[in-house]
Amino acid sequence: MAEIIIRNLRKEFGDFIAVESSSFTVGDGDFFMLLGPSGCGKTTTLRMIAGLEMPTSGEILIDGEEVGTKPARQRDIAFVFQMFALYPHMNVRKNISYPLVSQGMRRAEVNKKVSEVSRILGIEDILDRPISGLSGGDRQRVALGRAIVRNPKCFLMDEPLGSLDAEFREHMAGELRELHDRMGATTVYVTHDQREAMQMGDQIVVMNHGVIEQLGKPQDIYDYPATIFVADFIGSPPMNFLEFEGNLSTGIDSIELDGQTISVPTLKESTSGTLVLGVRPEHVSFNDSSGYRGRVEATEYLGTTQIITLSSPNGPLKVRMDSKERLREGEKVGISFREEFISLFDLKTGKALLSEINSRLDDNGRS
Amino acid sequence: MTNWSLIEPSNTQKFVAGTLVAIYALVTLLPILWILSTGFKTPTDSIAYPPKLIFEPTFEGYVNLFTTQTRQTEEYLANNPPNNWYEQIVHDKGMVIAGPSRFGERFLNSVIIGFGSTFLSVFLGTLAAYAFSRYKVPLKDDLLFFILSTRMMPPIAVAIPIFLMFRTLGLSDTHAGMILLYTAVNLSLAVWLLKGFIDEIPIEYEEAALIDGYTRFQAFIKVVLPQAMTGIASTAIFCLIFAWNEYAFAVLLTSGTAQTAPPFIPTIIGVGGQDWPAVAAGATLFLVPVMVFTILLRRHLLRGITFGAVRK
Repeated sequence: MAEIIIRNLRKEFGDFIAVESSSFTVGDGDFFMLLGPSGCGKTTTLRMIAGLEMPTSGEILIDGEEVGTKPARQRDIAFVFQMFALYPHMNVRKNISYPLVSQGMRRAEVNKKVSEVSRILGIEDILDRPISGLSGGDRQRVALGRAIVRNPKCFLMDEPLGSLDAEFREHMAGELRELHDRMGATTVYVTHDQREAMQMGDQIVVMNHGVIEQLGKPQDIYDYPATIFVADFIGSPPMNFLEFEGNLSTGIDSIELDGQTISVPTLKESTSGTLVLGVRPEHVSFNDSSGYRGRVEATEYLGTTQIITLSSPNGPLKVRMDSKERLREGEKVGISFREEFISLFDLKTGKALLSEINSRLDDNGRS
Repeated sequence: MTNWSLIEPSNTQKFVAGTLVAIYALVTLLPILWILSTGFKTPTDSIAYPPKLIFEPTFEGYVNLFTTQTRQTEEYLANNPPNNWYEQIVHDKGMVIAGPSRFGERFLNSVIIGFGSTFLSVFLGTLAAYAFSRYKVPLKDDLLFFILSTRMMPPIAVAIPIFLMFRTLGLSDTHAGMILLYTAVNLSLAVWLLKGFIDEIPIEYEEAALIDGYTRFQAFIKVVLPQAMTGIASTAIFCLIFAWNEYAFAVLLTSGTAQTAPPFIPTIIGVGGQDWPAVAAGATLFLVPVMVFTILLRRHLLRGITFGAVRK
């Protein structure tokens, strides 16, 4: 297994810049997520690591070796496609053994490997079946089998659960993560599904328009998004954004919102203009003593929790709380925020303002 | 209660459909039946009116097809008794076999030219179609349109220029010339048909093979070709049918060495009266290769094998 280092990676298709200038490091044994909306460059990044696209510029190092211009077959990596790309004219056994046959491995050894892998994946009983009759989950396992059978330096997965139905996706996600933990294989995983990324990843890179917005652990990205885009893309419902005009300087630990003082994490930079206060729905609570007030517009019942939509002086606000709480539409309530989970953004740049709290994070991926 | 269903046909509908199919089959199969049966009739039976459905079969037509014969005197016939069944048939008419006819070599010419041009069309067509499908070819759309435009007039419209070209180049009445001509005509069809089939094959298969350690060419041979077999088979059948049946160019450009069966078969009729059974026998045998070829390839015409390996 190996570490993957990406330096200033760039890809242009004609006039279109798919990936602007990415740099990040995938640690040995990491489960690394490339997350972003479609067209953000995550798949292009993955395909460049695989050798299916040649980078316009920049470096890709796998296990310390520069591979940017090498063909895919010399990179010793495995790729799992969204549509699996199992060879339809071969049965399961042949599909799994195909990468070994290309290396000229001896038949006896190939058979040993294939049976070992099929035992790990629990597909021993379907080895001689044709691909066409398999269920989505079995196809997924065969695709994984073809990937792990030759002990590659790393696994690259392009939305491998994207074509499974929701219920089964959950199950396979667990299985994948478990498989990863058992093998300790460096894995780069592309997805547009933020839940999947949070659930499985050790590290997440959030991309948008070919640019890395943030890199970090799932919890850090969720709690302290580096940009408005990340705050909006991650979380369901996404973070609330309350716009206000302000003139803030270093050291300030409160802001004025509709004439009310709101405590925020101590700022480490100064700025002025249109600013945004970001707070996640679960970090908003009702407090009758608060001067900042809103009106209940709607409630959405979600089982254990409910989402309450408020209108506040600075725009709509969603609140997540226990569904036992009973609220009537039109009711006026006092609103308070959990100070340590408030993020402040500059609307113009879209970036989070540096505070005592978010500056403590690993700064690795901040672009 | 009714069993009315949107997709399940009723018994009446099934009956009507079945009857229509049966009538259609009868109409299309009748000429073939006529040719098949005429081949086994005597010349007298073949022109009998009303046509004889039940008759005594004979191989006379086939023997006439494959041999040339001369009339002999009673004395000669008495002194030279027939050695086998086909000499017997000729003998009964008061004739003897002078030698083999040219049908065998004309038929072989058809096989060489038909299959040769089919192979060449499909081979070149597959490579071109793959390139058009997978690579960024400059002026791709214009080139494809140009290729298609070669079929926008009937090929025979250029018969005279081709005739002159072939004469100048020394290609008239040669196998190479006919193979080249039929390939040129078929290639546009082959490229377009095959491009459609190759476009349908997801590029991920090749990418998977590239990552599994194969070169682009190996991926093409081991992954794309097996997937494209359906298209290759149907394209080959189309090409063969055209090259096999082509008549006009064959009449114009071949007369001896490279003459194919289509221009030859009608000439049989002139030998000693109207020998319909011999013509029918030639036509019957002429049908066989395309039929066999189609039957051999029919397994590949089933699209089923790729179904389900990809989720779209």
